Amino acid sequence: MSGDHRSAPAAAQVRHVEALLEARGLLAPGEIDERIDALAAGGTPAHGAALVARAWVDPAFRERLLADGNAAIAELGFSMGGALQEQKLTVVANDEDEHHVIVCTLCSCYPIALLGPSPGWYKSEAYRSRVVREPRAVLAGFGLELPASTRITVWDASAESRYMVLPLRPEGTADVTEDELAGLVTRKGLIGTAAV
Amino acid sequence: MTDRFAPGDRVRTRIADPTGHTRLPRYARGASGVIVSTAGHHPLADERARGLASAPRAVHHVRFAARDLFGEGDHAVVVELWEDYLEPDGST
Repeated sequence: MSGDHRSAPAAAQVRHVEALLEARGLLAPGEIDERIDALAAGGTPAHGAALVARAWVDPAFRERLLADGNAAIAELGFSMGGALQEQKLTVVANDEDEHHVIVCTLCSCYPIALLGPSPGWYKSEAYRSRVVREPRAVLAGFGLELPASTRITVWDASAESRYMVLPLRPEGTADVTEDELAGLVTRKGLIGTAAV
Repeated sequence: MTDRFAPGDRVRTRIADPTGHTRLPRYARGASGVIVSTAGHHPLADERARGLASAPRAVHHVRFAARDLFGEGDHAVVVELWEDYLEPDGST
């Protein structure tokens, strides 16, 4: 399992159930860890950053990414198929008038294949409960002060889709290469808690 | 199976508090919103969690004004909801 939560009662229950399932031959030893590893395999924010950089330099790709995320990311060799079933990817694009931010209020759903394991704060009760209610204040807490004229839309990953934010391309980057652009994109930018 | 709702429809979420697993967040219950897009068709999580057979049915992105959820705020929240959680909003 990711992270250190050995003292959590739920983790103890899971270990107990896992041991029972193994004892009854319903689960191979280590099978759950293998499934988790497969789900997270190769997932890194560099994937999301590469998609954003491509969308910035290629308007046609940007349109395809927003219209059908799953098909578009395959063009760069990425897939949302690491789980038991392929997850639908919805990419939401920031513009001058609207800023998007992602949360999973019910648990911690996250596009692992494109962003890697989620940061601890994303899973925290504070972020999950506050960002739907007062996103402007939460974003300010991350150092992102949006103009009052910028509308904020919060996307709650409450069902089967996973979301990624397409940030605005920074000004003054007209002559920057695609690789260098990808280097400007942060994990927080892909979640929406940073501008880029 | 025909979808009960389409993008542009005004809907209201159910207010009932189910005893088991659900994916209708508490803050979004009994609220009025607009369907912005359809997110595919999936078995209902509430039924799957109870080990029941569940046919795929439409899941929608529903946009709510923060004021309609919390009584304040100038932002919007988009929640992904199975059509089972939705009723036509007759108040408009």
